[in-house]
Amino acid sequence: MSDQANTVPGPSNMPVAVWGRTRRPAKGFSLYGATFSLPLLVWQLLFFVAPLLFLIALSFWSVRNFRLQPDLDVASWLYVYRSGLFWETYLRTLAMAGFAAMLASALAFPCAYAIAFKLAEASRRWAIFLMVIPFFTSYLVRVYSWQVFLSDHGIINAALGSIGLGPYTMLNTLFGTMIGYLTLTFPLVVLLQLFSLMFVDRTLIEAAHNMGAGRLRAVFAVVIPSARVGLVIAALFCFILTFGDFVSPLYLGGGNPPTLSIMITDTTKSGQQWPRAAVIALTMIATLLATAFAAVGYAYRGRGR
Amino acid sequence: MSELNRNPLIDWLLRLYVLASFAFIFAPIAASFVFSLNEDRFPSLPLGGFSTQWYEAVATDPLVWEGLSNTLTIGVIVSLVATALGFGAAYTDYRYRFFGKTVYLALALLPPTIPVIILGLAMLAFLSRVGLSGQSLSVIVAHVVMTAPFAMAIIRLRLSQMDPDLEAAAWNLGASEWAAMRHVILPFARPAILAALFITMAVSFDEFAVAWFVSGLNETLPVRVLGFLQGQVSPRINAIGTFVFLTSMTLVILAQLVLMRRPKEGNPDG
Repeated sequence: MSDQANTVPGPSNMPVAVWGRTRRPAKGFSLYGATFSLPLLVWQLLFFVAPLLFLIALSFWSVRNFRLQPDLDVASWLYVYRSGLFWETYLRTLAMAGFAAMLASALAFPCAYAIAFKLAEASRRWAIFLMVIPFFTSYLVRVYSWQVFLSDHGIINAALGSIGLGPYTMLNTLFGTMIGYLTLTFPLVVLLQLFSLMFVDRTLIEAAHNMGAGRLRAVFAVVIPSARVGLVIAALFCFILTFGDFVSPLYLGGGNPPTLSIMITDTTKSGQQWPRAAVIALTMIATLLATAFAAVGYAYRGRGR
Repeated sequence: MSELNRNPLIDWLLRLYVLASFAFIFAPIAASFVFSLNEDRFPSLPLGGFSTQWYEAVATDPLVWEGLSNTLTIGVIVSLVATALGFGAAYTDYRYRFFGKTVYLALALLPPTIPVIILGLAMLAFLSRVGLSGQSLSVIVAHVVMTAPFAMAIIRLRLSQMDPDLEAAAWNLGASEWAAMRHVILPFARPAILAALFITMAVSFDEFAVAWFVSGLNETLPVRVLGFLQGQVSPRINAIGTFVFLTSMTLVILAQLVLMRRPKEGNPDG
């Protein structure tokens, strides 16, 4: 409190306080600024951008006698793009991720809606608290644990058997894969939807009710359009995560027929075909970028109204 | 809130749905815990007797201990580096405007959206070229790339709650930029920095795929889990899984508690 700085005479200090910026440090390059901004930039350029660029170069390399050689060969691109299996797998992966995005969005919406509008402030905070936890706990172990539920002699079939149903095959099916995808994405989708629903203007909903709109009509005509950005972004994240995931399709879906991620691991394991794996990986990145741009464009379209 | 046509039945159904959602989310975690203490070789219902044999089996496996110590060492280093880098990026975004800032932010935030399998592939190929593959160092490098964005986001959110005039006021009172950083920015951001340390450690702890790709020899614990998965079914994985869950849940809960604690509110609910 008795710092030297505080004893600067009041009157002469007044303009400084009013304009506030007189003593703002000079703009332009400064050692101080660089200390904070450069480390991350350098790190991501070296270890994130460079590897991805290297992937592009790698896709043009050639493999001779199981040895990788630097080259400018389009053989890997031609091989992958002429392969019927690749396109079949590509479309299947696309369809599975798209379906997962819709499924997760549809299943998460009632949950997010209820947390946003039907829970008291304290319970809502608890709900968010609990939803954040699984996002950072081992996805792999959770998927392993689902095997115990879904296997032919697992928990669900044991429970169903006790009332005379089943057994149903759930492991190594599309159903199993979708359970895994939901394990990965459901909490995140709920959270992202929830954050946009919490900002929906409640007077709009009441206005809809006052004008005689039923509950469902109010949801579809007011709530969903108001929260569109969040809902689309949530679905987009679900698509991104499931499109590249290989844990669920492998350990719950059986890995056959494969998805693109499984195809990548198979390709690297068989005969050192890294350039082909790079082609598949680059195609996946391009697909993800295109989807992301399309989804964000759609989310923000016509928002200036 | 005074909504007109509230239907108590629908309200209760919605609340039930929320409970069912949490059941779905926590069922695998709970099952892992229950079956880690179950004596049966093949976990199912009805439960067998209580047993700690799987924990004993895990505790006597030297590979598990080696994996655990690798995981923890890597986790601590990763969280320190990622949080430092993330703090720098968050502060840069908070304070500066410059040409190419969008690109800077994209670099800072994009890595988690690239599938880990692709990141792992690219990094293994790249790091083996520069002679870094197969070492703990390469895992650390890869994990920092993936976790720094989380640190950056958490700290950036906290900085956005700060009165932007505070730093300028410190300068006006004669503080150098470094002094303002030390006495104004860092104390304000401290809860977020702690939370970022916990969260990045949790993510590093869980992230097996990149580690699996990038490091051939030095197995982290999740890589060990993957090894079990590819081998036969063993309840030992439940014991390890329970340990992994407890560790990362503790870290995430700590992070949230640190962030939720507001000095003015006294004690928050709970």
